[in-house]
Amino acid sequence: MTDVIDIQDTYAESFARLSARRGRSGPAWVQALREAGLEHFRRVGFPTLRDEDWRFTNVKPIAQTPFVLPEPPAGKLGADALQPLLIAGLQPAARLVFVDGCYSTELSDTSALPVGVSVQSVAQALDADPATIQSHMGLAAEAESDPFIALNAAFLEDGAFVRFADNTTLKRPIVLLSVATRRAQAAMTHPRNLIVVGRSCEATVIEHYASAGGEVYLTNAVTELVVGDNSTVHHYVLELESEQAFNLQTLKIRQGRDTTVNSHTALLGGAIVRNNVHPIMDGENGHCLLNGLYVPRGRQHMDSFMFVEHARPHCDSRQFYKGILADRAGAVFSGRIKVHPGAQKTDAKQTNQNLLLSGEATVDTKPQLEIYADDVKCTHGATVGELDEQAMYYLQARGISADAARAMLTYAFAAESLERMNVPAIGELVGRELLSRLPRGRLLAHLLESV
Amino acid sequence: MSLIEIKNLHVNIEGKQILKGLNLAINPGEVHSIMGPNGSGKSTLAQVIAGNTAFEVTEGDVLLEGESLLGLSADERAVKGVFMAFQYPVEIPGVSNMIFLKAAVNAVRAARGLEELDAMDFLALVKQKITLVEMDEGLLKRSVNEGFSGGEKKRNEVFQLALLEPRFAVLDETDSGLDIDALRIVAAGVNAMRAKDRGFLVITHYQRLLNYIVPDFVHVLVDGRIVESGDKSLALHLEDKGYADWLQTEPQPASAR
Ligand SMILES: Nc1ncnc2c1ncn2[C@@H]1O[C@H](COP(=O)(O)OP(=O)(O)OP(=O)(O)O)[C@@H](O)[C@H]1O
Ligand SMILES: [Mg+2]
Repeated sequence: MTDVIDIQDTYAESFARLSARRGRSGPAWVQALREAGLEHFRRVGFPTLRDEDWRFTNVKPIAQTPFVLPEPPAGKLGADALQPLLIAGLQPAARLVFVDGCYSTELSDTSALPVGVSVQSVAQALDADPATIQSHMGLAAEAESDPFIALNAAFLEDGAFVRFADNTTLKRPIVLLSVATRRAQAAMTHPRNLIVVGRSCEATVIEHYASAGGEVYLTNAVTELVVGDNSTVHHYVLELESEQAFNLQTLKIRQGRDTTVNSHTALLGGAIVRNNVHPIMDGENGHCLLNGLYVPRGRQHMDSFMFVEHARPHCDSRQFYKGILADRAGAVFSGRIKVHPGAQKTDAKQTNQNLLLSGEATVDTKPQLEIYADDVKCTHGATVGELDEQAMYYLQARGISADAARAMLTYAFAAESLERMNVPAIGELVGRELLSRLPRGRLLAHLLESV
Repeated sequence: MSLIEIKNLHVNIEGKQILKGLNLAINPGEVHSIMGPNGSGKSTLAQVIAGNTAFEVTEGDVLLEGESLLGLSADERAVKGVFMAFQYPVEIPGVSNMIFLKAAVNAVRAARGLEELDAMDFLALVKQKITLVEMDEGLLKRSVNEGFSGGEKKRNEVFQLALLEPRFAVLDETDSGLDIDALRIVAAGVNAMRAKDRGFLVITHYQRLLNYIVPDFVHVLVDGRIVESGDKSLALHLEDKGYADWLQTEPQPASAR
């Protein structure tokens, strides 16, 4: 226990240093949010396996690592080092780049945005548009709900602020890229993003987490997404951290009426990954899709924690999460659905399918339904299985080697998730990443390109 | 030398003996047919030739041009020129038929020391062979066999046969359940593949197929053994009389059931 207390002291020290550096600048309400966050984190500390929501994910390796807060001008990254991190075939409308948590003006590009869309760093926005930020930030993601959200609030400093004015449609995506560089000491970053979409809009936002030489570091991100009535938002999380890194993320969504939110998550990197997606359907006729794919290998551990709240009638939600596990990897899927009193005609569906490529990989999957209305439809199903032997044999009987057959069937398992991603460049990127991890996957990648 | 030679083959599945000393030799250019009652072991023979590891060979051997196949995996056999048209082709959701066919063709070509086909040449080959079985090109874009009708699945098997140009092919009830038009098409596809250096083993329940694919020899398989061999007239006899002759004269050992 002592080491945990020590570590908490180092967070307090980091906090004190940050406060000193920041001086008295920044609105008082932000400082209050930070202090409340730190206070809450001090009180509850890191979660343990005894916490119901963390039963299968041990964060001790995170608790025991003394992370330091990179100070600006942190993490230098040349334009040539950025190039390989850009998503092939994607033409974003804007790109914000954060290097070791610090906003990079040089690498970011927001010059081509249409009227009605603003994309800037939170720090900039706190100067330019504090009222909008104040009216949303911290409301969807309360520090009390999760120690890591509390920690994120304590170190709330920068992130992306995306704003869509009413009646704005933008087909091209906005990319928020967080890059970790190689550093002498394990760094921690606490990105805090706020996406505010007005009425009758269409928006696509991609959060992309990548490493350019960074090895052990902590990304503890919180994104609040507020969706105005009659709008459609496509949100992506593309998690490609280093395989020694820790990635904790929360996406809190507040949906108005007649809205559609499609959340897509691809987890590929990270030693310990915890991905929280928490939509609150707070208007009638809301539609929410949570489409996820996690692909741990080695000793990677990936925990997907869904909490879908149906607060109003006539909403539907779909959770489709798939996992492909190799080696000694571990994964957790929790799918909590809460139907509030009065949320009649709720239609909630959840499926979690897992493919084990190794006998040593483990999955814990659990649905959790809390239903306080009587006229609702809630279904859930989970599967854990191996590759279909019949299909393996059929492919082999046509001359396809066992490795190539395995790659084909594994890719096929993921295909459904990839096809749901309506930004094809992302589905393709995730598909390529998946194939690059499989023996003979390159052969299949080559075939997919050539047919 | 025989193209394929099956010697004293004994096969078990889940501890139960299915083939009990089966002998058969097929020369290049020949078409043999096997008929036999349900459960007599016809598919077992086909699966063992193709390399299905669920079946255990306890005695005997299967030779392709004098070399044993038994130590080889299914894919190794396929690239050596062994082909088996499945009685029940497997549906593989998510794997596009086109990708699958290309992987198979290139695997077989690589083993024959031929270059991989580029996209253009592969497409040309596909278009040429698909007309042989009058298969709808739309099926190429779909997942392997997924949602195909029974007839479409069987045509897809013969289409693969045509694409892969094996040395030796086993057709396991490729005619079962086909209407007469589909049967004619499938048979024409197979006949087009008949060649001096290629052999066929055609498993069927129905003499009708053999009007279209005329065999050189017909064998009767009962309870894991070939009990009679003859020419194509044997099939007519079977169609008339069934297997009663052999079922009566071959009392079942108590342990076999
Ligand atoms: N996977 C299996 N597991 C257990 N028993 C099996 C399996 N496959 C076949 N058998 C048994 O082996 C015996 C022979 O089956 P096989 O499929 O070879 O017969 P067949 O002659 O092809 O019959 P049919 O004309 O019905 O296709 C049957 O008794 C069958 O039940
Ligand atoms: Mg059979």
